[in-house]
Amino acid sequence: MFGSSKSSLRRTLALSALVLLTLVAPVVMAQDAEQEPNTEMTGSLSIMGFGLGDEIATTRVGEFERLYPNVELNFTEGGLDEQQFLTAVASGTPPDLVSLPRAELSTYAVRGALTPLTECIANEGIDMSQYRDVAVSEVTVDGEVYGIPEFFNNIMLIINTAALEEAGLTVDDVNTADWDSIAALNETLTRMDGDTLSRIGFDPKLPEFLPLWVAANGGQMLSDDGRTAMLNSPEVVEALTFAASLHDVAGGRAPFSAFRDTWDFFGSGNMIANDQLGVFPMEQWYMNVLADVSPDAPLAFKPFTDREGNPISFATGSAWAIPRGAANPEAACAFIKTVTSPEAWIAAAEERARLRAESGTLNTGTYTANRLADEVIFGEIVGPTGSDVFDTGVETILSLQENAFAIPANPAGAQFRQAWIDAVNRVLNGEQTVEEALNQAQQEAQAALDEAWAQSES
Amino acid sequence: MASNSLVARSFWGRATPLQRREMLAGLGFISPWFIGFLVFTAGPMVISLWLSLTRYDVINPPRYIGFQNYERMLADPRLGTSLFNSFYYALFHVPLAMGVALGLALILVRVGRAAGFFRTAFYLPSVTPAVAIGTLWLWILNPQIGLINRGLELLGIQGPGWTTDPDWIKPGIVLMSLWSVGNTVVLYLAALRNVPPELYEAARIDGANSWNQFRNVTIPMISGTLFFTLVVNTIASLQIFAEVYTMYFGNMTGMSAAASAGLFYNIYLFRQAFEFLQMGYASAMAWLLFVIILILTIFQLRASKRWVYYEGG
Repeated sequence: MFGSSKSSLRRTLALSALVLLTLVAPVVMAQDAEQEPNTEMTGSLSIMGFGLGDEIATTRVGEFERLYPNVELNFTEGGLDEQQFLTAVASGTPPDLVSLPRAELSTYAVRGALTPLTECIANEGIDMSQYRDVAVSEVTVDGEVYGIPEFFNNIMLIINTAALEEAGLTVDDVNTADWDSIAALNETLTRMDGDTLSRIGFDPKLPEFLPLWVAANGGQMLSDDGRTAMLNSPEVVEALTFAASLHDVAGGRAPFSAFRDTWDFFGSGNMIANDQLGVFPMEQWYMNVLADVSPDAPLAFKPFTDREGNPISFATGSAWAIPRGAANPEAACAFIKTVTSPEAWIAAAEERARLRAESGTLNTGTYTANRLADEVIFGEIVGPTGSDVFDTGVETILSLQENAFAIPANPAGAQFRQAWIDAVNRVLNGEQTVEEALNQAQQEAQAALDEAWAQSES
Repeated sequence: MASNSLVARSFWGRATPLQRREMLAGLGFISPWFIGFLVFTAGPMVISLWLSLTRYDVINPPRYIGFQNYERMLADPRLGTSLFNSFYYALFHVPLAMGVALGLALILVRVGRAAGFFRTAFYLPSVTPAVAIGTLWLWILNPQIGLINRGLELLGIQGPGWTTDPDWIKPGIVLMSLWSVGNTVVLYLAALRNVPPELYEAARIDGANSWNQFRNVTIPMISGTLFFTLVVNTIASLQIFAEVYTMYFGNMTGMSAAASAGLFYNIYLFRQAFEFLQMGYASAMAWLLFVIILILTIFQLRASKRWVYYEGG
């Protein structure tokens, strides 16, 4: 069943890419032709929260350096250090640009730490329709865009086919639409050696993927306007009750976590290669890890679905934003436009493909928040990987991109998240019932939202 | 205050040119520390006191709200949890660390030539970065494959869930903290070497056994150092942060069992300030901890008069 949807998806993608190339290529080529280096833009750009760790970063930055040779770039590499960023903003010396998780952007935007990009978008002629709607909604606060989306991460099921085979099952038996069947699968695949857990059947990935379980159950954790917490709604209660119950077969959360902590997550002896895990929902980047460290592991990929059987994903990713008081906002805007443009992404994807081909490793692609870039990357550049398994993985991710959701933008992002994470932990630790924990989380989250909205509006 | 300035003025008036030059030189030498203290310690303390009376998100200017942050602390259950966790840790860590350090120092003082090697070996963990210690101990304490539970297994004991059972999170952290007693060992070793041998000799002549020598000679003679480490370790243990933050608060999945059990006061304070952007509230929390530590230190100072012996004083 999945095989047929796979080939149909491949055909659709190829067709879309062809159509897109016909429509977009002349534009891109024309832009390329027009894009002569701009020597008038000068000054320096201090950039925080962005690393130059791979060719995807360096190629795009190189594209900017080629187009704006007189702008000097200074990077504070690594993930965003909130302490460093806030100190810089408070002392009146913010960076010119910041790359930050989209989920955190609204927290800073409503407090005035970021500049609305309305002028930047208009002056640079940035076409916002090229970015994925879900990602744009995460960076839009009160109708104003504060960030330009960069990456687009999705969640899919990663399946240990050796464990399935051992139990006489196939990938088709992994059906996340039927929660009873997940529970049964979990029981079948969980393995104990005496009293010791030696394989987790189905890891629900709590607390971090609770939003996925809730959405699969037809619920949401926050209203669309980001003002009302919905953490104790029946859908959330049911989703947490079920997902938490998946730990019971393993003897509860304590042995479950103790076993999970022993995994060689990034190594060739990872939990799939070592047959320590049956099935789990996971972010797409882990597929790239598996392709690098254990390409021959017994693997399969499949979309996570809601209870109606529709593919569903919880999207995350980063965005570029310009802090209030940035010294060189024009150059910052040009940088954002350049590094998130289809041309830069395509150049980066080509460079990755070249390097992967040179080293003989699988190229499972780069997933951007720019639809136009993705269509060219996956229609033209990322061809068959040489592994049917990873080809399926790539197609699974692409199929999820239009079915993804995100938690609506809100000014109390960290506190809201903390409220539901703590609730899940209290349940898993046996400190509270699901209802008690979620009622407390609802109160805490709503209080944080009310205070943050009031503060931002005063 | 006025009398002090009079004394200084009369000293200045009576001082010889050489004394004046020496005084100026002394003040010059002390000024870097003094300026540093004013700029980096006293100044921020005064500002944080002001911030504790404001609503401040670090991005916008602080707004005065009176004592609301302090009132909020009274109704914050997590603050109570974090205080309890910090006191629990201090209560077990301080005596255990002092006991283990003293035991090691007593062994080292008898080792002779090899003492230098062991002193370095014991001190090394003290200069290991806290992040490395946290990561290392996550493995050592792992309930399934960690060294400690493997060791207990050899003795036929089923080890607890040091990192996964909320009841065992804090004992695990206390255990980890004993890894870094090296600096206390070095202090005790120096103090033990300063105990005059003739005191032991006199005690032996009077028929004192080893325990009596330890109780009536060693302890009184090193009581000044014991007191110093008691005060310093109490303050440090109430401020524990980096190792635990690395172990349990670096990512969401890691937090599971330690969300409440490992929430120490400074971790909660840091999260309020830099994750939840509640710098005003975090400042009020900092002042509460300062007052608690001040009271404890005053109590320890007063109690010290009963058991600390200072030679010549």
